[in-house]
Amino acid sequence: MLIQTTVFYFFSGILVLSALAMITVRNPVHAALFLVLAFFTSGALWLLLEAEFLGIALILVYVGAVMVLFLFVVMMLDINIAKMRAGYAKYLPVGLLVGAVMAAEMIIILSKSTFEHVQPNAKAADYSNTQELGKLLYTEYVYPFEIAGVILLVAIIAAITLTMRKRAASKQQSPHNQISVKRKDRVRLADLDRE
Amino acid sequence: MFDWVQNIISVIPPIVLMTVYMFVFVLVLFGCVAYVTLAERKVIGFMQVRIGPNRVGPKGFGQPIADALKLMFKEMILPNDADRFLFRIAPLLSMIPALAAWAVIPFADGWNFADINAGLLYLLAMTSLGVYGVVVAGWASNSKYALLGALRCAAQIVSYEIAMGFALVGVLMASGSLNLGDIINEQQGGILHWYWLPLFPLFITYLIAGVAETNRAPFDVVEGESEIVAGFHVEYSGMGFALFFLAEYANIILISALTALLFLGGWLSPFPESWFTVPYLGALLGHGPHMFIAKTCLFIFCFLWFRATFPRYRYDQIMRLGWKVLLPVTLIWIFVEGVLLYFQVSPWFD
Amino acid sequence: MKALFNVIKSFTLFELLKGMSLTGKRFTTKKFTVQYPEEKTPQSPRFRGLHALRRYPSGEERCIGCKLCEAVCPALAITIDSEEREDGSRRTTRYDIDLFKCVYCGFCEEACPVDAIVETRVFEYAFFERGQQVMTKDMLLEVGAKYEDQIASDRQVDAPYR
Repeated sequence: MLIQTTVFYFFSGILVLSALAMITVRNPVHAALFLVLAFFTSGALWLLLEAEFLGIALILVYVGAVMVLFLFVVMMLDINIAKMRAGYAKYLPVGLLVGAVMAAEMIIILSKSTFEHVQPNAKAADYSNTQELGKLLYTEYVYPFEIAGVILLVAIIAAITLTMRKRAASKQQSPHNQISVKRKDRVRLADLDRE
Repeated sequence: MFDWVQNIISVIPPIVLMTVYMFVFVLVLFGCVAYVTLAERKVIGFMQVRIGPNRVGPKGFGQPIADALKLMFKEMILPNDADRFLFRIAPLLSMIPALAAWAVIPFADGWNFADINAGLLYLLAMTSLGVYGVVVAGWASNSKYALLGALRCAAQIVSYEIAMGFALVGVLMASGSLNLGDIINEQQGGILHWYWLPLFPLFITYLIAGVAETNRAPFDVVEGESEIVAGFHVEYSGMGFALFFLAEYANIILISALTALLFLGGWLSPFPESWFTVPYLGALLGHGPHMFIAKTCLFIFCFLWFRATFPRYRYDQIMRLGWKVLLPVTLIWIFVEGVLLYFQVSPWFD
Repeated sequence: MKALFNVIKSFTLFELLKGMSLTGKRFTTKKFTVQYPEEKTPQSPRFRGLHALRRYPSGEERCIGCKLCEAVCPALAITIDSEEREDGSRRTTRYDIDLFKCVYCGFCEEACPVDAIVETRVFEYAFFERGQQVMTKDMLLEVGAKYEDQIASDRQVDAPYR
């Protein structure tokens, strides 16, 4: 138990520190990397709660894919920090208000008995969290799950249609046409008379 | 005969024992990685009708050691305006996931460090983490070539991750488990019961995505020495470069081992069971870690073979292959597999 | 129809497998790499390597200081000074070849009316300091003395074609 508590506080400490660092560091790439660290440690915390599917899925999806794309974009940005800080005072009241509302909500939710603090029984070693989740998703919650899937699909299609524009000025290669060309389409062996 | 060994082992506390095992394993893995570099030079040399390195030691077998020594004594150069901390940590970021993934790989029934239920997910997560080493190295180097390499790497790995994930979903559906040991036990019953046959398109997709994931030829635009010099590791020298090199080959071994586990039945023997009782040869023909290692070597050889054969893909062709070819193929085959599962087609899905 | 055929063909990875079968075949063919320091490839008698100045069998040096080689040298690698010797004949006092400039074209050898400057079969030499690459007259004569048998026999073989 002691080891578990130590590990918990170790990871929580890293999580809180990296989350703080993420919003305070100036370099956007550093911020993104701190966010990666935060996701990673929260994944580790979930593993500690025996939620191995959620923990690994968090690392796989957020750290392995989403944050890579984030970094991809952030690395290409040429951010002028002075320009960004210019509007700081103007937006501060709005930011403080939103922050206060969120903090108040958290306090209300956590102080009430919305979540009963009952520690679930520790499961046997061969208990498969993944299997249980799958069973629940595809039986009890099958309709919400499918609807969520459809919404995501719609979002994907919408995002693609928004970015798919054919600009007349842009020139593109067509890999399909390029690879379907065979040798005999381009090369002709000519029989020339010797001079 | 080995009683005294067992007596000693039984006295040592398990955590110490585990640490010793891990240490030995990592050392052995480093040795293998070093010799895969030699194998690569030899195999490619032979395919180009050359001999390859043969000067250091008998038949060139001292070459990796000589290379390692050389790299160890070289200076690590820090470029101007490079991000010091990230620049130094990036090689580790690419090395550690490649090593960590081995924790769940079973060499034989029960021969693994951690027998966890979500083993396959863990592997997928670990292989997807390797990209950070490359991306961080590319950004921290403060060099345009390195940054271009890092950007290419990020896009390429995220694209092929998806095809790879879907290929794994196929394995998952067929075996009904995320535990690697269970996946292999589900494949029992001879060479035709292994998943390469019912999941053939996924097998090929997985292999191709694996090559792309490790940034190997023909998908090595990340390094692309003819366009961006050496991509993300242009600015690295000495041990930093050596670590990237080791990580690349560790990833090759890892992907080869995974392909062997998921599609070729890991430690299972391809020979009929009646052969196992043949004196002397029986142990060699039977199930065991040697089968797993042999299959892994087969795929490592394929990696080298690809590099010796194929010219590099252009970047847009890589993207096209990943999104427009491999992804639809996996989706279609998962559907086909669902139908096969529904009708419980034997001998794989009963 | 043809497009369909192409699609099917590309999905069977036919062309990739064809390429792999080629490299696979080469993997097992016999390798004919020459293991250089131990094995060497045969040389032609016309091989153009390190330069040498020859002497007549009597011991008299052949070079008469005509500077034809200096004139013909496309890389301007040869520098010659000449003076009258006590016996009245014209001889070189200086005959330098800068081997970094030399392109080993063999024009000097062809221009020489008395077969004095020649290129030998020696090609395994190296310099470890700056300045060593300039071959002086004494050095060239020394090379000539050392390989005279080889040089003479090579000239003999090539004589009918000159």
